[in-house]
Amino acid sequence: MQISARRSEATTIFDITGPIDLASSPQVRKLLLSEFREAHTRRVVLNLTAVKYIDSSGVASLVEGLKASRDVGSRFILFGLSPAAREVLQLSRLVKIFEIYDDEQQALAS
Amino acid sequence: MRSRPFLKIWLSSDPQLLGVVRGALEHLAGTLGLCPSECRSVVLAVDEALANIMRHAYHGRLDKPIELSCRRVYRKISAARDPGLEIVLVDRGAPAKREKMRSRPLDQVRPGGLGLHFIKQSMDIVEYKRVGSANQLRLVKFANPKAQGQGA
Repeated sequence: MQISARRSEATTIFDITGPIDLASSPQVRKLLLSEFREAHTRRVVLNLTAVKYIDSSGVASLVEGLKASRDVGSRFILFGLSPAAREVLQLSRLVKIFEIYDDEQQALAS
Repeated sequence: MRSRPFLKIWLSSDPQLLGVVRGALEHLAGTLGLCPSECRSVVLAVDEALANIMRHAYHGRLDKPIELSCRRVYRKISAARDPGLEIVLVDRGAPAKREKMRSRPLDQVRPGGLGLHFIKQSMDIVEYKRVGSANQLRLVKFANPKAQGQGA
């Protein structure tokens, strides 16, 4: 998995490429917690267009990111979910707690 | 009589290998007649089961053995037979704790504890047993004729 960041004023967009699974989810978790708790970014957007697979450890990392965002009063937004990623979030019944958009334009306009 | 496995994979308990197994199983499930949505279910369940072995049975050690066997199975419903895929995972780690083998309530927004829920939701049969010093997990997914052509 690879992660690159695009930063502007109050928003950071993380472009993630590759699966978020047991091997890579600790990296996502660490990144999100750091972005909310240390960088205090007001809006963090995760581009999941190139993430074809998320497992339960990946979902757990996203939930931890969401909780961290709520703790500091920031927003945490996802876009570009693959069918597999969406199915996993639906199975976990957590799909409704996340802000999810189809594409980057919608995510940034929100 | 049970058919012999037509695919066996021996892997070490290294999470970096999960992607390799997912790729192989997705192709295999599709070859056996499961629709794309069913293939994703198989991939998710096996991935979660392997992750549980790596984390809980082997406590994060990367060099312990896991055996994965695949068999073709059938479910007879009236005159029709639904094809399916049986996957058996064997490890020699710590036994699973019965009290931990229940899905947690999903009304709490908290990380963790979702893997077993994903496995049970994804597969038609989930059976765990301890055989000597080994854990054996049997997972079966049947093709649903009504699902064919859906879930692409």
